Amino acid sequence: MAEPFQTFTSRMIPLPAENVDTDQIVPARYLKVTDKDGLAEALFHDWRFAEDGRTKDPPFVLDRPEMADRRILLAGDNFGSGSSREHAPWALVAWGIRAILSTGFADIFRSNALKNGLLPITVEPGRHRQLFELSSADPNAELTVELDSQVVHLPGDEDLPFEVDPFAKVMLLAGTDELGYLLGRLADIDAWDASHPARIDTRLGTPA
Amino acid sequence: MGTGPRTLFEKIWDEHVVAEEPGAPAVLAVDLHLVHEVTSPQAFTGLRQRGLRVRRPERTVATADHSVPTHSRSLPILDQMAANQVGQLTANCGEFGIPLHGLGSPNQGIVHVIGPELGLTQPGMTIVCGDSHTSTHGAFGALAFGIGTSEVEMVLATQCLLQRRPLTYEVRVDGRVSPGVSAKDIILALIARIGVSGGNGHVFEYTGEAIGALTMEQRLTICNMSIEAGGRAGLIAPDDTTFEYLHGRRHAPQGGAWDEALARWRLLPTDPGARYDRTVTIDASQLEPMVTYGTNPGMGIPISGRIPDPETATDPGQRRALAHALEYMDLRPGEPILGRKVDVVFIGSCTNGRISDLRQAASVLRDRRVADGVRVMVVPGSEEVKKQADREGLGEIFRAAGAEWREAGCSMCIAMNGDQLTPGQYAISTSNRNFEGRQGKGGRSFLASPLTAAASALTGVVTDPRTLPGIDVPSVMGVG
Ligand code: SF4
Repeated sequence: MAEPFQTFTSRMIPLPAENVDTDQIVPARYLKVTDKDGLAEALFHDWRFAEDGRTKDPPFVLDRPEMADRRILLAGDNFGSGSSREHAPWALVAWGIRAILSTGFADIFRSNALKNGLLPITVEPGRHRQLFELSSADPNAELTVELDSQVVHLPGDEDLPFEVDPFAKVMLLAGTDELGYLLGRLADIDAWDASHPARIDTRLGTPA
Repeated sequence: MGTGPRTLFEKIWDEHVVAEEPGAPAVLAVDLHLVHEVTSPQAFTGLRQRGLRVRRPERTVATADHSVPTHSRSLPILDQMAANQVGQLTANCGEFGIPLHGLGSPNQGIVHVIGPELGLTQPGMTIVCGDSHTSTHGAFGALAFGIGTSEVEMVLATQCLLQRRPLTYEVRVDGRVSPGVSAKDIILALIARIGVSGGNGHVFEYTGEAIGALTMEQRLTICNMSIEAGGRAGLIAPDDTTFEYLHGRRHAPQGGAWDEALARWRLLPTDPGARYDRTVTIDASQLEPMVTYGTNPGMGIPISGRIPDPETATDPGQRRALAHALEYMDLRPGEPILGRKVDVVFIGSCTNGRISDLRQAASVLRDRRVADGVRVMVVPGSEEVKKQADREGLGEIFRAAGAEWREAGCSMCIAMNGDQLTPGQYAISTSNRNFEGRQGKGGRSFLASPLTAAASALTGVVTDPRTLPGIDVPSVMGVG
């Protein structure tokens, strides 16, 4: 269960790459874990490390010293496509990322992120371009992400409003999860079950 | 609920909505939950921490596919982490009473291959799995989509999921494909057309003459790659092809129940006059075999085409993406894709690892030898596919041609199990993802059909199966 989502201020990590897929975020060979620990090391592994295991030279953006405490990822178009692996948001959160700005997100990634206290913020293309311009003109520009009012505050009193699923917002702000909500609906689920015959029995023909 | 004409998707959705509170997503009932070793361990841990049971073990089924080795089944799993993960799946299924087709079982295989094979996948169902290619099962007219591990835990605990209703997207494929062009080429052409995010927020329904003419296995190939165009799910209306395929399978309804099911399934197809939120039309008769040249499945071209020039892309993002992809692939704008050297040929995966795919590959490789220095791996999608292929003598054809004939699993599609490219190598693959490093760190993948992959195995370069001397492509397409 995630911590309640709090307003925070951070500089941006610019990652001007399009269609970043979850195989880049966490390469498949790191999916053999059976818990959620240690995934920060796997984050963007093959973009960060050379064949011999050493940090690339020049380093990938995450490994630049000034990026260490940044919590906002400014990504290119369509972030998080591909595999459904929730290891991707686990790794981003383990690294310290709390919000991602992009022109769009793949559906499963968005859903997974919201369940882990990671806020995907969709920005229209014009504003998105401006954010990249801002981050290159002033790499230390600070942004404040306020979920409650659904606004990112930019330097100089500029505000960037954003949309978020109202249900996900409630969950994020409270730091609770959807399973709790579903468990609260068990009476409805029982009623549905009673009026809908099961379609299959997976145990058929398998040794008990 | 809906009284007007409804789409296939809407009918399945409406029937499975358990509850919907204002402001909240729908509580959607799940008919079938497929589980595998990679995306489930943390979900079972979650259940234990909360003291919960699996609500419907008899609607849940598991297999081990992603991290299992595909060398001889008599050897232990050497990778300690993979062995531990597969061991945990076995323990979790035992503890929670979930049927498991594990390593060594005659029904083990890629989760999206065994579902249809066992008759578990049926029209009108909702099906989920912690795997994005769950879209495969939509070929039966089921609403099937991938979920994350938190959702796996929710479905285990409640047999339900919270979902916002997606939009609908009709993909109409008119006309008929010409000889040598397959289902894989249709779907690669769609993704090239609308891009990897073209279907975000939508569920596809594939319609049109070309789709109706496909076999069940070819439909599975199409629906499988819906996710590569961003679609959550991809559906095809059930018809006689569907019913014939299902009839008599282990989990298909029997006797009177079959007739009842059939009556129900015949009501599922989209009503005349029902509307989709979007539509795209593809002319199948214009298609050639397709090959990808880049680092996402949308970067595909007809096999006679040339590598595009980033400078001609109008959007700066696209230009950047293309330039980056060509650098990774070490390809130059304007080069033909035909004739590019390949080091490895991979035939398998949940996209093209079924018996008809292997028959197509075998029809090209029969009485021939793969090119010197090319590693060719043929990996069946399931143990059942393997047995069937051996009964038909396909395994022998592969071996005699100099290919490796392996055991069932995901294998080099995801390269978690030791089957992988080395840095810089080129592969032509029948799988579904050409992402950087997907088939091994530093490896480069061209995605193509089984016919194209097998033809390329003979020559060691990207080869158009229609131009191979001595191969009668129309008869090849007639195979299963
Ligand atoms: S074959 Fe590939 S795409 Fe299919 S389930 Fe396995 S890893 Fe995923």
